[in-house]
Amino acid sequence: MGARLRWRKFVSNFMLTMTGVCAVVSVAILFFILTYLLFNGGTSINWNFFTKLPAPVGETGGGMANAIVGSTKLLLAASLFGIPIGFLGGIYLAEFSGPKIASLVRYSADLLNGVPSIVIGIFAYSVAVLPFKHFSTLAGAFALGLMMIPITLRSTEEFLRAVPSMLREGAMALGASKWRTISSVIVPAAYRGILTAILLALARVAGETAPLLFTALGNRFWSPGWGQPTASLPVVIYNYAVSPYQDWHRQAWAAGLVLLGLILVVNILARTILSRGIAVPRS
Amino acid sequence: MQSAGPVVGSRSFLSKLKDGDEIARVVTFIFAALVVLITVLLVYELWVNSALARHKFGLEFFVTRVWDPVTDEYGALPFIYGTVITSTVALLIAVPLGIGASIFLAELAPPRMSDTLQFFIDLLAAVPSVIYGLLGIFIVVPMMRSVIYPALNKPFGFLPVFKGPSYGVGFFTAGIVLAIMVIPYIISVSREVLMSVPRDQREAALALGSTRWESTWKVVVPFAKTGIMGSIFLAMARALGETMAVTMVIGNTPTISASLFSPGDSIASVIANQFTEATGDLYLQSLIALGLVLFLLTFVLNGLARLLIIVTTQKGSKVST
Repeated sequence: MGARLRWRKFVSNFMLTMTGVCAVVSVAILFFILTYLLFNGGTSINWNFFTKLPAPVGETGGGMANAIVGSTKLLLAASLFGIPIGFLGGIYLAEFSGPKIASLVRYSADLLNGVPSIVIGIFAYSVAVLPFKHFSTLAGAFALGLMMIPITLRSTEEFLRAVPSMLREGAMALGASKWRTISSVIVPAAYRGILTAILLALARVAGETAPLLFTALGNRFWSPGWGQPTASLPVVIYNYAVSPYQDWHRQAWAAGLVLLGLILVVNILARTILSRGIAVPRS
Repeated sequence: MQSAGPVVGSRSFLSKLKDGDEIARVVTFIFAALVVLITVLLVYELWVNSALARHKFGLEFFVTRVWDPVTDEYGALPFIYGTVITSTVALLIAVPLGIGASIFLAELAPPRMSDTLQFFIDLLAAVPSVIYGLLGIFIVVPMMRSVIYPALNKPFGFLPVFKGPSYGVGFFTAGIVLAIMVIPYIISVSREVLMSVPRDQREAALALGSTRWESTWKVVVPFAKTGIMGSIFLAMARALGETMAVTMVIGNTPTISASLFSPGDSIASVIANQFTEATGDLYLQSLIALGLVLFLLTFVLNGLARLLIIVTTQKGSKVST
């Protein structure tokens, strides 16, 4: 009996230690990725990276200024398209909708959220590239914006619903109309949560590559306006990483570091400072 | 009296309009409806734009091994095979690791520590797939050639799975990279599901004299089983649809080979690689048909996952109240 109990205790301790090892290994991956990128990217980053256009194929040097601007433009346009739909749709779900319509909209959003990014790319290609017969910044932004809708919608709804009903009743009792209550009491009470979710959605689509491959395509030069193909950081990382040139690999690391750095900074800020005391939804 | 009714009604409608209530309702409704519309349009576009391929190949699309733009013949089998194999490898690695870690986070770690580790796991989930691909190309591929391949091929080379040469890129490499990418999803969801298991379940098991591990493994985990399955389905859906990281390390050759070291191709990677060069209509539509297949696969898996997770967390809250 004593031996059996000792064995059971040994098994217990051993297995529990193993679960700890699993947790450490999983978290260690993050730090491994970070140090590796810092080490490889840090040595490749220089001023040219931010200010120069890519050098002609075969020449070393040059930078990714056009990709940085391209990514910024894509994210800006994607936000202008995706956030209003998600935000206002979310208000409708939380404040106006009956249960039947709400569950239909929610179901659509969840479905859209689960669609693989490459399929989003195909969809954006068929409605925003094919009819116009050319790749463009707007088509890429359309694809990215689509991916922002579900997260924005669901979190807007969730955070609005979480506002205590006392606030609602208080505003109504003061004679405010429903819209007045929503716009000046409920949304302000929930805005930190909603903003956090939107920032996280933005950080997520900032790294998306697959939906841009055949919408925004890529460009080795500046892309004026919104109707032409544009370079973007994720796509450039992909193209450079699979290229045979040493100097392009170096620049891919640099771009990877910049991209991941931005994404992680936004994530950390949004999750710690902005959302202090709120449960942040997982994407 | 009788004429007063409509007047009052229209007045209240007018006052509603003035306060903006009706306008707000209509405007926000339009945006909510837009979400449904977009989703329907997505399915419609995939369906219509793959019509040529669907009519020409029918169900044989799924069993044809040839993918040849020159003879205009397209079959999905090599890509379905690649997607299934890489996802299976990924889950074989990620499931034990992820569940182990989630048990540690939910059962053992003190709340502060659990939250901190979960924070890092969330950050890991935020790393874009192209970064995983970058690290895959320059770390996992060389490691596969110089460390993993020799270690597995020498002792186990007689098994068909570990036979043949390795070029670094291939099913196994893609599986490893995918595993790393889906671990955060398994951990996050499983942890939440495990934490929703009522406390008295654990206490009852401990009171009956079981060790800590026995109470965890024989009581808590079975209680949360369906939810954990949900997290695995969720991870599987992610793995199936993952594009960039796989494209960068799988080798991009449509082969069906029992060897895990063989280069291959997956549904998502072939779309990413060939979409812009697809010249003929049938070629393009075959790629879109592949996209449709991928969509349907993830649709089913995601639906199942959501159902399982909801069932488990509700079970937890029902028992505890």
